[in-house]
Amino acid sequence: MSTPILSAHSLVKHFNAGGFGAARKVVRAVDDVSFELAPGETLGVVGESGCGKSTTARLLVQLLKPDSGSVRYEGKVVGPELPLKAFRSKVQMVFQDSFASLNPRMTMIDAVAFGPTVHGVSQSDAIRKAQDLLDRVGLDPARFGGRYAHELSGGQRQRVNIARALAFDPQVIVLDEAVSALDKSVEAQVLNLLMDLRRERGLTYVFISHDLNVVRHISDRVMVMYLGEVAEIGPAESLYGAPCHPYTEALLAAMPSLDPDQRTMEAPLAGDPPNPIDPPSGCRFHTRCARAFGPCSTQIPPSYTVGRSHVAACHLNSVKEHVA
Amino acid sequence: MTSGFSQSDMSLIRVRDLSVRFAGTPPVHAVNSVSFDLAPGEVLGILGESGSGKSVTLKTLLRLLPERKATITGTVEIDGQDVLSLTGRGLADHRGGIVSMIFQDPSLALDPVYTIGQQIAESVIRHEGASKQDAMARALEMLELVRIPSAKQRLENYPHEMSGGMRQRAMIALALACRPKLLLADEPTTALDATVQIQILLLLRELQQEMGMGVIFVTHDIGVAVEVSDRLAVMYAGSFVETGSVKDVIRDARHPYSKGLLAANLVGAVPGTRLDAVPGAPPPLNALPEGCAFAPRCAVAEDLCLVSPVPLWSDGENRWARCVHAKREAARKDRMGAGN
Repeated sequence: MSTPILSAHSLVKHFNAGGFGAARKVVRAVDDVSFELAPGETLGVVGESGCGKSTTARLLVQLLKPDSGSVRYEGKVVGPELPLKAFRSKVQMVFQDSFASLNPRMTMIDAVAFGPTVHGVSQSDAIRKAQDLLDRVGLDPARFGGRYAHELSGGQRQRVNIARALAFDPQVIVLDEAVSALDKSVEAQVLNLLMDLRRERGLTYVFISHDLNVVRHISDRVMVMYLGEVAEIGPAESLYGAPCHPYTEALLAAMPSLDPDQRTMEAPLAGDPPNPIDPPSGCRFHTRCARAFGPCSTQIPPSYTVGRSHVAACHLNSVKEHVA
Repeated sequence: MTSGFSQSDMSLIRVRDLSVRFAGTPPVHAVNSVSFDLAPGEVLGILGESGSGKSVTLKTLLRLLPERKATITGTVEIDGQDVLSLTGRGLADHRGGIVSMIFQDPSLALDPVYTIGQQIAESVIRHEGASKQDAMARALEMLELVRIPSAKQRLENYPHEMSGGMRQRAMIALALACRPKLLLADEPTTALDATVQIQILLLLRELQQEMGMGVIFVTHDIGVAVEVSDRLAVMYAGSFVETGSVKDVIRDARHPYSKGLLAANLVGAVPGTRLDAVPGAPPPLNALPEGCAFAPRCAVAEDLCLVSPVPLWSDGENRWARCVHAKREAARKDRMGAGN
C-alpha cells in the first residue's frame, strides 16, 4: 500500500462507568484498534451496538482524545506534528442524527458557510461556495438556502450535512451511520450522491453502518468490530465471500435472505452481545462462538494474515496454517 | 390463502374501505380506502416507509387511536366481530384476548414497576379468570416458550434488568399469554442488533406455526418481511399499492414504487454501481395529490395517472396492483401469451 492518507495506531479508549477504587467499572469501548486508509478508498466498518464503531469514528476525527495510541494523517501524528486546525479541514464527519447536527437557529446557507469563515475565508466567498455546494448535493440554494433545519426533511438535512462536510474540500469524510435514519428510497438517493462525490473529488470514506448490504455496496475494504476490537479486516469481496472469523460468518448468516425460497433456518448465534464493561477473557467472542477451542478463552488471538491485505484475529486461522 | 377482495367466510380479518383521518387544518389522510383479508394462520407483511400509514392501520385493528382526533370509516371485522362498534368490556376482551400487539420498543411497552411475571399473570387473570397461582404457572410456561434462559428467575425480573433481546422475548410472551388468534407486530426487530434480530424473527415464525395464529407484520425492511411473511402488501401514502405472495412481489413487482423499494434494498445490485433510486420524497398526508399518490415521483407517470380512481390490476386471485401501467403491462403479456 502507498502512504496511507489516514491511519489509526493502537487506539485505546476506555470510559468510566461509575464506581470507585476496586469497584470502579470501565467500558472498554475501543481496545488496541489499528488500521490504514489508502487515498481514495472506502473502508466500511460494521459491528453490533456497543462494538466501538462510533467511538472509533470519534477518535479518528479527534472529537475524543484516545487514552493511548495515535492518529496519523499522511504519516504525520495529529497534534504534535500536524495542528488540529489543519487536520480538521482535511478530515470531516457526518453523523447519523441529521437534525441534532445542525444549529436550529442557522439557515442552511449559513450552516454550510460557517466553517470556512471561522478558518478565515471571507463571508462573500464562503456564501458563494455554500451555494455551489448546496446545488451540488441536489438542493436549490434559492429555495433551500434560507430555510432552517426544521423546515427540511431528513434526507434534505443529511444532504446539507454532506455539503457542510465538503465546505473545506476535505480529503477524508467519516460517515457514522449517515444514511441509517433515512427511508430506503431516500437512502438510495444519498448513497448515489456519496458515490458520485467520491468519484468527482477522489474522496476517501470511512463508512460506518450496521447494514451489511449497504456496506458491501459502497466499500472497497471492510472492517468487522466486536466488543472494541477488530475481528477481521479485508477486501469487501473476499471478506463477504470467504470470511475468516466466526463472528463475521455469523453476522453474514444473520442477514435476512431476501429470497423466499431460502429463508434463514437457524440463528447463527444465541443470546445478546456481552457487555463491554466486563468483556470475556482471551478472544472476546469465545463465549458465543460455536467453534471455540483450547486457547480461545485464555489467549488473545493475534492477527493472522489470511489473504491479500486480509487479516483475521481468530485462533482457528493458526490451525488452518498448520494444516496447509 | 384468501384473495385480496374475495368474499370468504373463513377470513380472520376482513377490512373494507378503511380510511383514517386525523383532525387538523387541512386534515391528515393517514389511511385511504384500504381493503384486505387475512386467513387464520396466515402471515401478512406490510411494507412501507415512515408515514405510509402502516402503524395507523395496525392500531385501528386494536382501536388504539385517540377517539377524539381520529375519524375512522369503513368496516373492520376480526373473527366475525365488528371492531369499530366495540365499546367497554367488549373492547377490553378484544384487546389481548383475540388480538395482541408487539411493538418496536419493549422498554416502553412493558411496565417498569412490575416484574415480568406479574405483568403476564395480570393479563391471564383478566382474560381467563385464572387464579393467581395458575396465572404465574402460565407466565413461566410462556417465558420457557419464548426461550428465555433460566425462566424461573426471570419471572422475578423487572424490565430494566433484562437485555434488549430478552425484553423483546418477554414482550412476545406477554402478547401470546392468552393465545390470541391474531398477533400484530409493529417493527418488533428494528431496534435489535443483527444477530439478535434473526433470533427473534425465527422465534416469531416458529410460534406462529405452533399456535396457528394470524400475524400482521409491519416493517420497512424487505429482508425481514421476506423471512416471516406468506403474503406482502406494499403501502405508500396511506394506500395499499400492491399485494401478492412474497415470491410474486419480490421477483415480479408490478407497481413502480415496489420496484423502486426493491432497488433501494440493493436486490440484485452490483457493488459500487449507482442505484436505481426513486427521486423525491413521499407527499405530505394533508395534501395528497389527485390520482396516484406516487405519480409525482414516478419515472413512467403520464396524464392518466393524475385521475382518480387509479385503475386496479388483478390476476383474479390474490395478486393485484393499483397502477395504470401494471394493468397495461399485464394486458400486453396476456396478448403475447395468447399469440404463442
